[in-house]
Amino acid sequence: MKLIRNRKTVVAVVVLLFFVAPFLPSWLLFLLTIAFAKGLVVLGVVLLLRADLVSFGQGLYYASGAYAVGIALRAGLPVYDALALVVLGVAATTVVAAILGLFIARYRGIFFGMLSTAFSMILYSLLVKLRWLSGGTDGIPVHATTFVGLEISADTVRLIQYYFVLGLATVAVVTTYRVTHSPLGYLMQAIRENEIRVEYMGASVRRAIYRNYVLAGALGGLGGALTAVTVGHISPDMSYWTVSGEFVFVALFGGIGSVFAPLFASVVFEFVRSYAIKISPYTWQMLLGGVLLVIVLVAPGGLWSLVERLRGAMTRRAPQTSKHVDIRAVTAEHS
Amino acid sequence: MDEVVIVTLNGVLFASYLFLVSAGLTFIYGVMRILNVAHGSLYGLGAYMGAWLVLRLWPGGSGGLAPAWSYLALLLGGVFVGVTVGPLLERTLIRRVADRGEVMSLILTFAVFLILEDVMKLIWGVNPYLADMPYSMLGSIRLAGVSYPVYQCLLPLLALIAAAWMWFVVNRTRFGKLIIAVIADRDVSGALGVNVPRIYTFAFTVGAVLAAVGGAFVAPMSSVVPGISVEVIILAFAVTTIGGLGSVPGAGIGAILVGLLRAIAVQRWPEFDLFVVYALMALVLLLKPRGLFGGVEVRRI
Repeated sequence: MKLIRNRKTVVAVVVLLFFVAPFLPSWLLFLLTIAFAKGLVVLGVVLLLRADLVSFGQGLYYASGAYAVGIALRAGLPVYDALALVVLGVAATTVVAAILGLFIARYRGIFFGMLSTAFSMILYSLLVKLRWLSGGTDGIPVHATTFVGLEISADTVRLIQYYFVLGLATVAVVTTYRVTHSPLGYLMQAIRENEIRVEYMGASVRRAIYRNYVLAGALGGLGGALTAVTVGHISPDMSYWTVSGEFVFVALFGGIGSVFAPLFASVVFEFVRSYAIKISPYTWQMLLGGVLLVIVLVAPGGLWSLVERLRGAMTRRAPQTSKHVDIRAVTAEHS
Repeated sequence: MDEVVIVTLNGVLFASYLFLVSAGLTFIYGVMRILNVAHGSLYGLGAYMGAWLVLRLWPGGSGGLAPAWSYLALLLGGVFVGVTVGPLLERTLIRRVADRGEVMSLILTFAVFLILEDVMKLIWGVNPYLADMPYSMLGSIRLAGVSYPVYQCLLPLLALIAAAWMWFVVNRTRFGKLIIAVIADRDVSGALGVNVPRIYTFAFTVGAVLAAVGGAFVAPMSSVVPGISVEVIILAFAVTTIGGLGSVPGAGIGAILVGLLRAIAVQRWPEFDLFVVYALMALVLLLKPRGLFGGVEVRRI
């Protein structure tokens, strides 16, 4: 975790990602591009997880960002540059989040999760059925002809897309980092600890959650719009609850301690997925489930915390006693 | 006139299906405060088991036994899945997160759901199972001027039996009394000598049996394919949220509401058949977050 928190390391990683790109094969560039785009959606999930809010419906914003781009192109809007399309996607998504956030910021626990799921499934059902608008289950092909003014060709398309996503992802991550290290960000951690005490201190819990929710939605929209312009095709599945579940998975996988962890976790996730599906297509979900079980039962802080704990145990050579014991659990077991 | 009959019949059919899949979900939540995503998998396992048994015992639609026994095979297949997988899950995994809050249990059961998705693929493969013998054998009858498959009348009957069975278990058995005590106050019940872990296992198994039997009996109406659990669980979530999490009568009302509404939508505005379900779910959550029949939660500081 320290590795990721260290600012110099992060700058070094971004610089490395920048300079190493021309030497990478195009399949790897594409994989990293997709992983970064999806990692931004996961970053939104993590923002909410910091206040213990699990959004099982972030696919709503992922799909909104993508479909804002797709529908604009389908309607014949004379916009061909990817950057303009992405800005449009993020703007549309932010409006959606700003409206739905008014309602959803009042909810906690499973009700927050259920309501976000309901919203995302509403969008899914509309995208599937309103064929004149969304193309139905076939989805919409998306063609951006230029990226920030750069013409693309068959040789350069993957590289240009990679730089495009890397640049925007860096901006988004730095912005999010600033937010999490501002009073608003610390408030989210305080809400996680004890919401009522935060209210007694004079801070507005609902406003803090609302702002984080809108930011999370905007990040989801950015991820969706970037996916649309780089993959070149979008479908209603982006809003289905299993996709949202996948985002929650990656968020827990990376842990919520750092804003860089989601992107790192997303890259690992896409790698493992592309290999696991190739090697054994029928055990991919089982693998995911197994890892998630380990996270929930053994390492609630994400896989990173497990690595940290192992390292701590090895250097100190002392048994870990941090295991959480709940008195209610004990009484239930012994009754 | 025909339209009204068709909408009612379809609505009742869909409502029975919804009740069968959501009654167990809401029951488990009511007793254990666990929102069980893996409930959909139990439905899927039941459906596969039912279809597989029918195809195995009556290959090509005929076999050594009289075809009428296929209904018993469906029932036993579902019950078998429920009483084996249910306690196994509860004892090994669900129990471990019972004290770590509802959100944790949601994530854990999601993990179990993912694993069981592939377990089904590994056991039964990915080709569809079409075991329609119990369905087509009964033919159809004329109901109020509309031709209607007899098997589809069985499903509402099954839902009624399930509701009656649950009512009996909770209100007329010793276990039911203990369940009510545990719902009211788990710690005090435990202190007074109630074996709370056993009540949990029992309640979870009841829910699991309902889901699996529901799956087994729905199987003959359509082919069983990978991914059926995915669709079922999200619908069951909608129904239980509308009715109020933890309330079995609420699940009944929710199922009837959603069933009729969707039947009307299918007839009148087919573009919006799924939309109405989730829009109703969101609307109920916005106006009455604990559902139409949910209790009031005391906020603990």
